[in-house]
Amino acid sequence: MSGRILTFNIFRYDPQDAADKPKMVKYQLEETSGMTVFIALNKLRQEQDPSLQFDFVCRAGICGSCAMVINGFPTLACRTLTAKYPKGEITLMPLPGFELIGDLSVNTGKFMRELAERLKLWLHPKGDDLNIHRLEDPMDPEEAAKLYELERCVECGVCVSACATKQMRDTFVGAVGMMKIARFELDSRDGRSADDFYHVIGNQDGVFGCMTLLGCQDNCPKDLPHMQQIAYLRRKMASTLL
Amino acid sequence: MKLIYTDCLVVGAGLAGLRVAIAAKERGHDTLVLSLIPAKRSHSAAAQGGMQASLGNTVKGLGDNEDVHFQDTVKGSDWGCDQTVARMFAHCAPKAVRELANWGVPWTRVTKGPREVVVNAERITIEEAEAAHGLINARDFGGTKKWRTCYTADGTGHSLLYAVDNKAISLGIPVHERVEALSIIHDGERCHGVVARCLITGELRAYIGKSTTIATGGYGRIYEVSTNAIICEGIGQALALETGVATLGNMEAVQFHPTAIVPVGILTTEGCRGDGGLLRDKDGYRFMPDYEPEKKELASRDVVSRRMTEHMRKGKGVDSPYGPHLWLDITLLGRKHIETNLREVKEICENFLGIDPAKDWIPVRPTQHYSMGGIRTTPTGESPQLKGLFAVGEAACWDMHGFNRLGGNSLAETVVGGMIIGKYVADFCDDNDLVLDTGLAKRYVDKVRAEIDGLIEGSGTENSWELKSAMQRVMMDYVGIFRNGPELDEAVKQLKALLARSVNLGVSCKKRHANPELVEALRVRRMLKVALTVACGAAARTESRGAHAREDFPQRNDKDWLCRTLASWPDANALEPTLGYEPLDVMQMELPPGYRGYGADNAIAHPDTAKREAEIAELLAALGPNASREAIQQALMPFELPESLRPANERLADRLNGLVNTDTTGSPSTPNIAGDDNS
Repeated sequence: MSGRILTFNIFRYDPQDAADKPKMVKYQLEETSGMTVFIALNKLRQEQDPSLQFDFVCRAGICGSCAMVINGFPTLACRTLTAKYPKGEITLMPLPGFELIGDLSVNTGKFMRELAERLKLWLHPKGDDLNIHRLEDPMDPEEAAKLYELERCVECGVCVSACATKQMRDTFVGAVGMMKIARFELDSRDGRSADDFYHVIGNQDGVFGCMTLLGCQDNCPKDLPHMQQIAYLRRKMASTLL
Repeated sequence: MKLIYTDCLVVGAGLAGLRVAIAAKERGHDTLVLSLIPAKRSHSAAAQGGMQASLGNTVKGLGDNEDVHFQDTVKGSDWGCDQTVARMFAHCAPKAVRELANWGVPWTRVTKGPREVVVNAERITIEEAEAAHGLINARDFGGTKKWRTCYTADGTGHSLLYAVDNKAISLGIPVHERVEALSIIHDGERCHGVVARCLITGELRAYIGKSTTIATGGYGRIYEVSTNAIICEGIGQALALETGVATLGNMEAVQFHPTAIVPVGILTTEGCRGDGGLLRDKDGYRFMPDYEPEKKELASRDVVSRRMTEHMRKGKGVDSPYGPHLWLDITLLGRKHIETNLREVKEICENFLGIDPAKDWIPVRPTQHYSMGGIRTTPTGESPQLKGLFAVGEAACWDMHGFNRLGGNSLAETVVGGMIIGKYVADFCDDNDLVLDTGLAKRYVDKVRAEIDGLIEGSGTENSWELKSAMQRVMMDYVGIFRNGPELDEAVKQLKALLARSVNLGVSCKKRHANPELVEALRVRRMLKVALTVACGAAARTESRGAHAREDFPQRNDKDWLCRTLASWPDANALEPTLGYEPLDVMQMELPPGYRGYGADNAIAHPDTAKREAEIAELLAALGPNASREAIQQALMPFELPESLRPANERLADRLNGLVNTDTTGSPSTPNIAGDDNS
């Protein structure tokens, strides 16, 4: 089966090489049926340019490694079918808002770990008498289901790179930070109060910095309800002032 | 030479590695984790269906306990597992589930009252007890007598990994991301750490630790099509192999999962069938009841994969440009169920196949999925040959899976194994000093540096990607679901030729820092050695057991093959591993080899089986009819655990029985209310 010829315009830059300058490089590749950007990039690297840097881990839309900007939109490359682009022209850029490792590879891991440490994004259990040998504490089944809904974030960084506030204010926690706060705020097992969360995100770096441009929600590959959660947190934070 | 030292060094930041790191850190040890990628991206995140633990909260799980979980696991392993380890595991699984709830996992919970479920293609109503409301729920999985698989929709691995990594962050455990271990530093008797390379800067570092734990996952990517993440390349196993001392166990035991989507090999969870999904052929016919009338789609994975392959060989597969496949039909579960409990499956179907699984059947076929083999360890998780070298999770052959792993037992192994072995690792760090032999470390760093120099400056002409894909095709074509002597011999021959060629590897990209081609070149030779341990082990094992199915030796042969394959690579320049075997002692087994419950019982019995059965009957008679199951178990096969993990697991039935029956004679054993089957 012979497919059409795809044209890839790929951002190339090695920040560790002092002599290198950022540039766009054009590659061509024959499309195969069911081809994803994951498959295409690997073919390009194996057959045309072994120095091409990009990140994939699960290649199944589960791990969040491979977010990049494809024809202007940040998304997961592993599950983006090349068939989606009728002109056969695909421009790939690294996610903005993160440290560039090289070409399409950015250091989202460093960002997410720092965010988790700064916002204390882990469960702070109410009690310290939790006994793993005894029957577990019951939890409302609906609450558990809601928590899972909010927990589906894969830390891909798309919401951060699609956020205008984040581009202007580097310390802004982004939708990913607020989604996680919302997840722990909702969790009845977490001992923190709205006041505690206010100290973390009740400011311009948190809920009051959001300009409601919806880039996070529009691009989130997991369709998480970012705006609803940010609005919810704003109401919660405002109520702590009363 | 950059040198970094710690108490507890862990290589791999998936669930197993992180859980060990947490255990060591909680005991006050300085702990450091190395990872190719950010921890939350680890392959653990991809586990969908759930984690087995005998909580017995749901009506379909009533009567479940450690004994039933143990028996299912041993039968699932086709008697290839270490029964002591299976016992340690079954005992601690409920504790791990409950601990994870305390760390934030939003386990799907039981809702009291009637609910509709699909069992054997029929919609039935089951009634959950009022007292179970809000407790942790469980779904059905293959090869289990009870509904035992705890889950969060079909994103269980994701939920667990996030909770465990968050716990590690809260404890301040550093993870050195984008770092790849390339060599184990050892003196022939004790392991002292690893040489690792920073994938961003290219810097080589010696990481020295009192203990070193390998938790790098499986070796699925030695196959062309695999459900595994692309980082699951078996490098951890290769590092152990390259010590020339440490052994790998049962590397030929490779599991194929029945339902990966065609062609890309992405997994759809066993939960699809557990929740009532069916397998259909090109005529839309449900064929599994013809082959396995009792367990049908929920026979264990090796069995379902073989039956599917048999059925396709009869011409009943659906033709596609990628070869034949079958259909997974979950439409009967209804849209609401799919969009809540199987939503990852739905997303995968939408994004990769462009279909709606609530309306359309899913094209599937058996695909490489799990590595039962790995770095051979004792029940405490330590290499028998190299003191201070531990292995955990899929990287290890701790050996609770034997020759076939049950669905839901791998996610469980990561956290349960990590919980248990983490305590032994902490004990080791308590009892041993750090040995900081910089001369020794330098020798290993220099060796890796020379390897890199050779690739970059040498005149090698072989291309890494070409060698790798040739290896992957050999494994796929000749070391697959069904195996036979001539094909395995061919595989060994071709893999040896590839390994010989790998001496002449070269790279065209000459950068010493971030260089994907160099990364590939450093891996492929190591992967070839792992592939050879699989192929040679399979060629030598002339029987069929679990996932290792020889067409020329279809019987399970307990008489000659009730043993664990050990592979080592003492001569670095050799083209094949050295194989050895350790016997599994029937006289020490709580459950001597028997009929597994699939097809005809054609096993060749071990001479000790009858002897052991008689001995067990005698022991049971001596204990009398009123002995508790704990007492029986202790008499048949005592096992050790760290003290803090020894207490009994409480279950809902214990509490309910306590309410009804207030006398003190009550043993914790519970009536088998749900019956002994899946019906």
